[in-house]
Amino acid sequence: MAAAEIAVDRATLFEFLTRMGDNTLILGHRVSEWCGHAPVLEEDIALANTALDLIGQTHFWLGLAGEVEGKGRSADALAFLRDASGFRNALLVERPNGDFGQTLMRQFLFDAWHHVMLTALTGSSDPRVAEIAAKALKEVSYHLERSGDLIVRLGDGTAESHARMQRALDDMWSYVGELFIADETDRAIAGAGIAPDPASLRPQWEAIVGEVLHEATLKVPTTTYVHKGGRRGIHTEHLGYILADMQFLQRAYPGATW
Amino acid sequence: MATLAKPTRDQPSATQVWDWLSQVPDPEIPVISLVDLGIIRDVAWDGDTLVVTVTPTYSGCPATGVINLDIERALRDHGVDKLRLERKLSPPWTTDWVSAAGREKLAAYGIAPPVDDTAADGRLVARARRLASGSNLAIACPRCGATHTEKVSQFGSTPCKASYRCLSCLEPFDYFKCI
Repeated sequence: MAAAEIAVDRATLFEFLTRMGDNTLILGHRVSEWCGHAPVLEEDIALANTALDLIGQTHFWLGLAGEVEGKGRSADALAFLRDASGFRNALLVERPNGDFGQTLMRQFLFDAWHHVMLTALTGSSDPRVAEIAAKALKEVSYHLERSGDLIVRLGDGTAESHARMQRALDDMWSYVGELFIADETDRAIAGAGIAPDPASLRPQWEAIVGEVLHEATLKVPTTTYVHKGGRRGIHTEHLGYILADMQFLQRAYPGATW
Repeated sequence: MATLAKPTRDQPSATQVWDWLSQVPDPEIPVISLVDLGIIRDVAWDGDTLVVTVTPTYSGCPATGVINLDIERALRDHGVDKLRLERKLSPPWTTDWVSAAGREKLAAYGIAPPVDDTAADGRLVARARRLASGSNLAIACPRCGATHTEKVSQFGSTPCKASYRCLSCLEPFDYFKCI
């Protein structure tokens, strides 16, 4: 038995793993909605590839979650057969796609968090968590390069693109704070050395985001209000629509394969 | 991890199995083999069962399932009937493991092979500065060999490739990007 399962109970570790896997699953699904609709072909391919990476990572996180839970649920069962209240993703990733600027801003704010989180997780006391993180980090590194680069190009672009990027930043900002707030699960997981305390990631995240936004000539919003709840299963209405779309096939035709 | 037991008379040696696997093409880039790609991490006997350890290239690579089927089919065709495939995530796959022969085959096929030390580390500006101070940033066109090329997108027709364009002969081409 892995050391981590001795340090925290299965339910706590399961909770942590679904938070990781549900973030990548819901964002992956959201981004995949762009397939065939992006403003240029290169971005269409980039969005589809990013979605594919995120869904692949979900397979690892939720696969491990099911294994830890020990009730025989696979990654697919967790993805397709839980209701909204069972999902543990942050509210940020279920935000609607909006225009390309909003999709991109949501991606950048998430990528920056994802990058610092995964970097820390490569040193996890649970080797199964560390190896998923090391694998995912390679992919998230180019996600962050792409989104950061585009934030600069569009923020410091035309008057129209600048205004759209600033509006996107203002819209998304209050959904970021949730990623850095610790609850009992986070404290137990951090105490066991499985993951860092979420708040400890904030300075590194601010350094990355601050540098890019400065270069993009965008103003960091001053609001300190934080929308939260997703990480404990309290979601906005948007998640229900995502699940209706994503889960339809397995709900209507249980066990369908092709 | 499977223990390396001594092969019995009718068990093919690990070397023989590696040789068979080097004939199995990658399903998306059939010009290189799974061994060239560096995703076969171990071949060993666990009692009477052959254990082949495979690592995925990208987390979401859709070819992974097909690759496992191809390995199974190839080894069964060679008479191996007790077979187990194991997934190994760590250390994560890197393009450094693409063999020298594999790189040549990629180039001959029209895909620019990975240029070492160009992997993304999350900070585009910092990386560009670092690379500009010495490393080889130029990706040579697989058609005309010119290094006057530009990146169109870091994503391409499969997860492992980026899209480039040659500014000399004007052909677009795929670059097997570094991770």
